[in-house]
Amino acid sequence: MYKYDEYDQQMVDTRVAEFRDQVRRRLAGDLTEEQFRPLRLQNGLYLQLHAYMLRVAVPYGTLNSAQMKVLGDIADKYDRGYGHFTTRQNIQYNWIKLEDTPDILADLAKVEMHAIQTSGNCIRNISSDQFAGAAADELIDPRPYAELLRQWSSFHPEFLTLPRKFKIAVIASDTDRAAMRLHDIGIKMVKNANPENGGGEIGAQFYAGGGMGRTPMIGPMIREFVPLDQLITYSEACLRVYNRYGRRDNKYKARIKILVHELGRDEYVRQVEEEFRHLLTQGIEPPLAELERIKPYFADPAFETSLSDDLDLSDPDFRLWVERNTHAHKQSGYVIATVSLKPVGGIPGDASADQIRLMAQLAKDYSFDELRVTHAQNIVFPHVKKADLYTLWQKLDDAALSTANLDTVGDIIACPGLDYCSLANARSIPVAQKISQRFGSPEKQAEIGELKLKISGCINACGHHHAGHIGILGVDRKGVENYQLLLGGSEGADTSLGKITGPGFDEDGIVDAVEKATQVYLSKKQDGERFLDTYRRIGMDPFKEAIYG
Amino acid sequence: MKILTGNDLKTGAVIWWTGVGWSLDVDNAADVGEHGAAVIAREEGAQNVFAAYVIDGEKTAEGVRPAHIKDRIRALGPTVRPDLTRKASDPEAVNWVI
Amino acid sequence: MVDVQFRFRDDEAVNDSAVTVGAFTEQTNATAVRIEPGDDARDLIPFLERLRLIEVNFPAWTDGRGYSSARVLREAGFTGEIRAVGDVVIDMLSHLKRCGFDAFAPDKPLNPVDAQNAFDRWDNVYQATADGRRPIWALRHTA
Repeated sequence: MYKYDEYDQQMVDTRVAEFRDQVRRRLAGDLTEEQFRPLRLQNGLYLQLHAYMLRVAVPYGTLNSAQMKVLGDIADKYDRGYGHFTTRQNIQYNWIKLEDTPDILADLAKVEMHAIQTSGNCIRNISSDQFAGAAADELIDPRPYAELLRQWSSFHPEFLTLPRKFKIAVIASDTDRAAMRLHDIGIKMVKNANPENGGGEIGAQFYAGGGMGRTPMIGPMIREFVPLDQLITYSEACLRVYNRYGRRDNKYKARIKILVHELGRDEYVRQVEEEFRHLLTQGIEPPLAELERIKPYFADPAFETSLSDDLDLSDPDFRLWVERNTHAHKQSGYVIATVSLKPVGGIPGDASADQIRLMAQLAKDYSFDELRVTHAQNIVFPHVKKADLYTLWQKLDDAALSTANLDTVGDIIACPGLDYCSLANARSIPVAQKISQRFGSPEKQAEIGELKLKISGCINACGHHHAGHIGILGVDRKGVENYQLLLGGSEGADTSLGKITGPGFDEDGIVDAVEKATQVYLSKKQDGERFLDTYRRIGMDPFKEAIYG
Repeated sequence: MKILTGNDLKTGAVIWWTGVGWSLDVDNAADVGEHGAAVIAREEGAQNVFAAYVIDGEKTAEGVRPAHIKDRIRALGPTVRPDLTRKASDPEAVNWVI
Repeated sequence: MVDVQFRFRDDEAVNDSAVTVGAFTEQTNATAVRIEPGDDARDLIPFLERLRLIEVNFPAWTDGRGYSSARVLREAGFTGEIRAVGDVVIDMLSHLKRCGFDAFAPDKPLNPVDAQNAFDRWDNVYQATADGRRPIWALRHTA
C-alpha cells in the first residue's frame, strides 16, 4: 500500500500544527464558534449529541496493521473504548474532547493518517472498491488513481469552500462495490473502447451528479474516456464549473447533482469541456511519472504460487462463514475474507478497541499486513491464504467477530441516528438491532439469501436507505419517531433508487413490515431470484398488499 | 418550564444552566423563563458554553425532563449503550427517554 | 474604503476606486473593478490590459467563488493587483495567495502575527496553481 514520502509526511505534520493553532485561537476566544465551525469541520471534527465527534480518514478504505492498531489505541486513550466504521470507509469516535484533538492528529500522523477534509464543503475522502488489488474481476487496481486524486484534492486552494460537500469514488470493475454512481463524481477505470484513439489503453470514465440525501440521483456519464495524463485536469474542470455555478442560496440544493439536473447533463458537459480545454493549457497535470511512482506501492504482495485451493469444510460453522463471508481472490490459493461488524443484536459498524487491535494483529499474521474498510461498515482481510483460513476464523470467533451474514438481512447498514447524531430525526441502531434479532437464525438468513437492508435516521441518507433492497428512513412525526419503508434500491452495477411503500410505522411496526416483505418474496420467488429480482419482476403492489392489506 | 442547554467548549460535554452555573445533570436545570437569550449571550461571550439553546422542559417527580426526544437523549446518553449513559447503573433509565 | 493590510507587490499602491462589473463593462475609463461572488470573472478578460486593480469581494469567507475568479484572471494573464476584500479571515490567507491574490483588505484587521504564520504555513503544496510555486509532484520528478 501507499507509503508517505517526506513531502506527504510534511503535509500532514503541517496540518497538525495548523489545527493546533486553530484550537488555540478558539480556546483563547480569538475565534467564535461560528468562525471555528467550518475550520473544525474541514478537519472532521463535529459537534454531535453528546460531545465532539472526530472522523478519521481511511483513504480508499485501505489500512495497514500499524494504522489499525493506532485506531484501537486512540479509542482507548481519547475515547470510550470503541470506534464506529462509517459508510464512507472511515472511522469516527463519539466522545472526543476539543483540547485533545491536536494530540490525536499527531498520533495519527505518526502512522501516516489524518482527518483532513473528512467533513466540510470540500472534496472529501476518496472512496474505492474494498476488494481493490485482490478481486478476481477487476481490470486494474483503482487505488493508484485514487491516491493521485487524494493528493490533488488535499488542501486544494480553490475548492475548500465549495457550495457543499463533494464525494469522489474510483472503481475498476464491472461489479460496482463502491456505489460509484451515487457519488458527486464517480470514476470507473476502463480500457479505451474507441479504436480511433488507438484503443485498449487504460483511462477513466467519468460520471457526475449522483448522490443520495434528500434528492437521490444516479449520476449520468459525462465522459466516456479521459486519458491518464489528463485525469487531474479534467477533475479540476468538473470542480471549477461546480464551484462557479453550484447553488449557494439553499443548502439542500447545493450539491452538484442539483446543478447537473437543473443545467441538464449536456450543458454541464459543455461547460466542463470548455473549462477543460482551457485548463489543458495551464500545465496543472502531474506527469505520468508520478502515477508510475505511486503504482509500485500497490503492487501485489509476495503471493506464494502453486498453493492448493482445497478447504476443509467439515466444521459446519466455518463452512457457513466461508460461504457467506469470503470472495474469490485473483491469486489461486488465496481468498478475500470479510469480518462482519454486524453481530446479531449489535450496533452496525462499531468495534471495541480490543477488537480493532486484534484485527490489526490478524492482518499482520494472515493478510500481508493489510485491511480494508467497506462502505457496508465491515472489515476485509484482502489476501488470506486458504490454508490459514480456518485458523483465522477460529481467532475471529473467539473475539465475537465471526458472524456469518455478509450481504444478508442481518448485514445492515445503519447510520448512528438519534442516539448520537445531532441531525437525526429518529434512532437507527435500535431498529437495526431488532431486525437482526428477528432474522437472527442462520436458517432464516439462508432461506432469504442476499438482501441488502439500509437504515437512515434522517433524510440526509448517511445510511444509504435509497440504495437498499429494503430501505428504512426514520422521520420525526410530531416529536415521535416514525419509520418509512422503501423497496427496490440498489447500489451496484444495476444502481436503482428505492420507492416508499406508503405510510410509516413505529419501531415494532417497521420490523413487522420488513418481515412481511420477506414473506412476499419467499412466496413469489422463482428459481435463483434474489429479493431485489423478485421485486423488480412483480413490482410494488403485492408487497403493499401484504404490508398494509 | 424553559431550560437552557449547550456544550462545554473544551470537552464538548452536554451541560445545563442551573441559574448560577452549568451542570452535567439535567435534573439541576433551572427555569430561565424569558431570560434564556440574555443568559446565552452572556455565557457564550464568556466562553462558558457554546451551541446553546433554550428548550421546553417539565419538572416531574423523577427530575427535569426535556420535551423533545433529542434533548432527552442528550441528557441521558445513547440509548443503545446504557453503560455509557449518565445513569449506567439504572437499567430503567432508558425508559424516560423514549 | 477599507485599508489594505497585506500586499505582496513592489509597485505603487493602487487607490483607484473600484466599480461594479456591470458598470465597468459600460464605462471605458475605469481602471479598477470589484467582482462579487455571482459575477463571471471571464467577462473581464477582454479588458485586462487597462485594469490596474481587481477587487474580489467575500461577503462571507465560506463562499469560495472568489478563489476561482482570481485563478481565472491569473490564467488569462492578468498581472495587476488582485485584492481580497470583505470577510477575509486568517485561515484563508495562504489559499487565497495560491489562487493569485496579492493584496488583502479584510473588513476587520487581522492579528499580524497569526496572519504571518498563516502565509508561511505551507512549505510545499500538492497542486499547480497561478502562484507559480512548484508543486510536490514537480519536486519529486526534477530531472
